[in-house]
Amino acid sequence: MTLSLLFEQLLNGLQLGTMLFLMASGLTLVFGVMGLINLAHGSFYMVGAFVTAWTAGMTGSFWVGLVAGVLAAAATGAVVEFLVIRRLYRRDHLDQVLATFALILIFSEGTRWLFGSSPLWLNVPEVLSGSVALPGGSRYPVFRLVIIGVGVLVAVGLFLLISRTRLGMRIRAGESDREMIGALGVDIAKLYTVVFALGAGLAGLAGSMIGALQSVQVGMGEPVLILAFVVIVIGGIGSIKGALVGALLVGVVDTLGRIFLPSLFKLFMTTADASGVGAAIASMLIYVLMALILAFRPKGLFAAND
Amino acid sequence: MKTLNTLGLGLLLSSSLVSLQAQAEDVKIGMITTLSGGGSHLGVDTRDGFLLAVEQAGRDDVEVLVKDDAQKPDVAKSLADEFMQRDNVDLLTGIIFSNLAMAVVPGTVRQGTFYISPNAGPSDLAGRMCHENYFNVAYQNDNLHGAMGAYMKEQGFERPILLAPNYPAGTDALAGFKHLYENEVVDEIYTQLGQTDYAAEIAQIRSSDADSLFFFLPGGMGISFMKQWEGSSVDMPVFGAAFSFDETLIKAVGSAAIGAKNTSSWAYDLDNETNRAFVESYREAYDRMPTLYAAQGFDTANLILAALDKAHPSDQEAFREVLREADFDSVRGEFRFGSNHHPIQDIYVREVVEGDDGQPTNRLVGLAIEDIQDVYAADCNM
Repeated sequence: MTLSLLFEQLLNGLQLGTMLFLMASGLTLVFGVMGLINLAHGSFYMVGAFVTAWTAGMTGSFWVGLVAGVLAAAATGAVVEFLVIRRLYRRDHLDQVLATFALILIFSEGTRWLFGSSPLWLNVPEVLSGSVALPGGSRYPVFRLVIIGVGVLVAVGLFLLISRTRLGMRIRAGESDREMIGALGVDIAKLYTVVFALGAGLAGLAGSMIGALQSVQVGMGEPVLILAFVVIVIGGIGSIKGALVGALLVGVVDTLGRIFLPSLFKLFMTTADASGVGAAIASMLIYVLMALILAFRPKGLFAAND
Repeated sequence: MKTLNTLGLGLLLSSSLVSLQAQAEDVKIGMITTLSGGGSHLGVDTRDGFLLAVEQAGRDDVEVLVKDDAQKPDVAKSLADEFMQRDNVDLLTGIIFSNLAMAVVPGTVRQGTFYISPNAGPSDLAGRMCHENYFNVAYQNDNLHGAMGAYMKEQGFERPILLAPNYPAGTDALAGFKHLYENEVVDEIYTQLGQTDYAAEIAQIRSSDADSLFFFLPGGMGISFMKQWEGSSVDMPVFGAAFSFDETLIKAVGSAAIGAKNTSSWAYDLDNETNRAFVESYREAYDRMPTLYAAQGFDTANLILAALDKAHPSDQEAFREVLREADFDSVRGEFRFGSNHHPIQDIYVREVVEGDDGQPTNRLVGLAIEDIQDVYAADCNM
């Protein structure tokens, strides 16, 4: 096990983490501000990826596709908020889960109906398709570094948005006291739509970028959604800072666990057994992490409403 | 008026009698296959290949009923019951995925209905749970992996590294590969089923001292992996089974698939007359290249049609006997069944190359292994 391999795996963990952050930040904002559990968040990720792949296929440009994907996801978010989500704020969480689960099914079948069930094809743009040398002699894909960079930019952007702008002030106010900001004359309906669309747009951004690395197919959002929920539970529901720390933690622990646990078991098992057992335990690792953190910090690392 | 009514009733009765008589000789085939969801292109191709053969035979006494199992075992099971109890089908076919086959086949054959598999070939059905009414036209699941093991050994690769998802078909695939590769492998990496990001595994493969990679990642997993593999610029020859390299998947993977070699029991450029005619008529009928699944559907139908020329499924003994003979023109050239009703067949190696239209396509390279038979036949007491 060389140092350069460890470094490369850390980068992989960071990249997974930043991608999870894009998903989790929207999810946690929506929960923090509106008190809504949105299972359909993964659908916006899928919408972003499909629209990007489709537009990039039509125009030949990844960048046009990326912009279209993000805008389409945000617009879908706004429409869904207006038509469905708006009716759920006052209902209890079980109703919200039921309704947003229905949205997952509707989005999945709708996408299948529109694009067919064969996976779509989206390539990494030419400029970013190479790889760069890492210290220690191995190479790392440029596109994954760019994803890390975008994740950092979004984190900084969200921080500035929430701490420095009027919109951010309203979001924070909404988190601490929903009735009061309504009473103070803030158009709460509009605020909710904007926050929801912002979250959907970030999920779309994640889907658009990841779509270039993976196959763009129906149901691609759900595995990511589960991880994003783990992230916001670890980070503390409603907290952007918690989402960032939680996402990086989950990304790094998951990646390193997948690689180093089987090697660890190989010290005292045969290769085939160690691979099987190691892989099985690695897939549980983040849930063990979540359980441990919740045992000591029941509200997560950075609970918003403490 | 009354006479007219009686006359009409008589006509009605006699016409229903005629149709009853015809029905006694007609054959009803129930096809349960995957037409929706992520694996649907497999089922669509199987169905299209099957129906093409039935149409070409020009027989109007054969009726094929097709239903979608949505890749769900419980749906497949209830469709099978419906076919057998309500529609009284003479035989069932069509299932793509092994877990669905395990849910449907044992009950079907026990109730005395024939099941002819166009794809799924789980080890249990080839071995301890084999049955006289169960025939598999495609392969036992390990065949293609084992053939690749034999091929890579023969080609002189000494340090392969293996990659598969951690579920029964994944561990079976690697076991099948190792059985015929016979030597030590560098490492075996298991991923989660449905995993989409392989950066960590690719880094591990790069840092190992392997000289080749064998992987089994069916469906979307394979697409994700191949794209990320290309982006990582690891320079290592890639091998797999046909499941990760059908014509639909490699089009989605794009240029990243080029150069990969895969084992298959069939190739569209396999040189025999039946196959040439099949590929041409399939392209004409559906305007796309046939896949292995289409070829298997076509063969399955032709096996059944050839058997129907000599016997009717209601005479189980006789029908079983003519099925065993497998006296039909296969697109794979020679075709015969082993003692457990699974094929003994040649497996070929194909390479993904850039086709005339610039899109990746498979080209036949040569023979991987001759007359391969699964190891489970020994456990089969029929």
